[in-house]
Amino acid sequence: MTAVTTGTAVEATVETTAEAYEAAFDAAVAADERIEPRDWMPEAYRASLVRQMAQHAHSEIIGMQPEANWITRAPSLRRKAILMAKVQDEAGHGLYLYSAAETLGTSRTELLDKLHAGRQKYSSIFNYPTLTWADVGAIGWLVDGAAITNQVPLCRCSYGPYARAMVRICKEESFHQRQGYESLLALSRGTPAQHEMAQDAVNRWWWPSLMMFGPPDDESAHSAQSMTWKIKRHSNDELRQRFVDICVPQAETLGLTLPDPDLKWNEERGQHDFGAIDWDEFREVLKGNGPCNEQRISQRRRAHEEGAWVREAATAYAAKHSGKGASGDSGTGGARSARLVEKEATA
Amino acid sequence: MTGTPTATALALADDALILSHRLGEWAGHAPELEEDVALSNIALDLLGQARILYSLVGDEDELAYLREERAFRNLQLVEQPNGDFAHSIARQLYFSTYQRLLYERLASGDGPFAGLAAKAVKEVDYHQDHAEQWTLRLGDGTTESHERMQRACTALWRFTGEMFEPIEGGQGSGGEDGHDEGYGEGLDGVNRQELAERWLSSVTAVLRRATLTVPDGPRSGAWTAGAGRQGLHTESFGRMLAEMQHLHRSHPGASW
Repeated sequence: MTAVTTGTAVEATVETTAEAYEAAFDAAVAADERIEPRDWMPEAYRASLVRQMAQHAHSEIIGMQPEANWITRAPSLRRKAILMAKVQDEAGHGLYLYSAAETLGTSRTELLDKLHAGRQKYSSIFNYPTLTWADVGAIGWLVDGAAITNQVPLCRCSYGPYARAMVRICKEESFHQRQGYESLLALSRGTPAQHEMAQDAVNRWWWPSLMMFGPPDDESAHSAQSMTWKIKRHSNDELRQRFVDICVPQAETLGLTLPDPDLKWNEERGQHDFGAIDWDEFREVLKGNGPCNEQRISQRRRAHEEGAWVREAATAYAAKHSGKGASGDSGTGGARSARLVEKEATA
Repeated sequence: MTGTPTATALALADDALILSHRLGEWAGHAPELEEDVALSNIALDLLGQARILYSLVGDEDELAYLREERAFRNLQLVEQPNGDFAHSIARQLYFSTYQRLLYERLASGDGPFAGLAAKAVKEVDYHQDHAEQWTLRLGDGTTESHERMQRACTALWRFTGEMFEPIEGGQGSGGEDGHDEGYGEGLDGVNRQELAERWLSSVTAVLRRATLTVPDGPRSGAWTAGAGRQGLHTESFGRMLAEMQHLHRSHPGASW
């Protein structure tokens, strides 16, 4: 390589290099190759992914709240076990997604701080309250169903760590969705009071679930760019339509109705027509004025603040014992040696 | 039910169910996401143990949802409110140490609980490890965490004697004169005095390593250790049951 001696030449080289990187990136995306953490990527691509993955991770952990609301009241031990496992999975999904986001040069702490400060969002759906046990089933069927419809295409997302996290997450989500459906079916076929409870839950969760796909295509700020980058594969309206078409026959099997008088099969399109979504409500919820926005974020902040002394203790302990065979957060050396002490004491 | 040590199965099941319920209250409130995962993991293990034990006695939902406070046989320790994280960890340390020692014994014998104990002992070993790790971190962490952990260990100390009281209602639980060495029906291979000693030395070792003082208050006797095994519980327990059972009781005969 020839030594570059003039300023102009340096600029020219840098520019050429940036262009070359950009071209290589575009080519990789076009060829459906995965972008990996050490690859060059446009800053806007990085920022867009951080925004989306953070919002996704936040949704998992805020989404624990409406369901955890029923853990202590679950009506049978089997349902209680299923619900506990589900909420546990959600915490795990949050962890995967924060880790995946960290490959982009941010940190979980930073992302959580932004969530707590209201500077990053989570899915609008979790601002609705769970008022009866049937809501837990409706969330499984509709909310997880909508999430899966949204997330399955993300398994082919251009950013490798996100795509791989989604493969793992989608498997568990499908399982949750089936359990939710099955729980709702048990209610629908149960006593008249249980059936009524199920119908009421579907009535309240149907429209908010449709809003999970985001604003209509002509109002979606990030859609076009995300689709070019192959972060998104389908438009909001396409996915919403797909979801409606999946749900209609499922609702029939459940013996429950969907609360939309305009919902009907359109022979010509080969899809269902459905009624207008209340976008004013959607915008209000996004602005923080939904039924539970304040409650959800307060609980999240409170858990974080009240847990601060615990995290500080773990850090202090790790600092004191680093290099002494006990590790900060996941080592089991400490307990094992405590057992040895115990064995010696009882020998 | 022939061959099934009903009273003991019920007592062990109630311990697991009630502690599982308390841990379930942590969901979404833990200091770290990792702890949300860990605490619900432990809660699930315990719920699984409770369900197996109930199946030896009768219908799990009838037993969990349709008995009243006075019919529950769980230790008062496990029904204690979560309190701060240190209280929950102290409760876990005391209970999981007891449960590991007990299940290890049962798993090595050929009694009616050997099978389930063999499976549960792996879970319980993890629970104890988790509790010990946190006891060390909190005890030997910051001044604040040390103080909180010490308070928690001391506050719950009085509930620890009950773990080694005979389980009422089964053969081998002995007479009322207190001379019987029996522990509970189906626990014949377990010497409760020995269990108590091993528990004390294990907990003492962990607390000392955690730079904590081993509490010296009474652990049994009237108004100190409880009488949960006889269905006498602390005040918060009824409220906990009200929440747990409300929905099930509101729909008699329904299935879910």
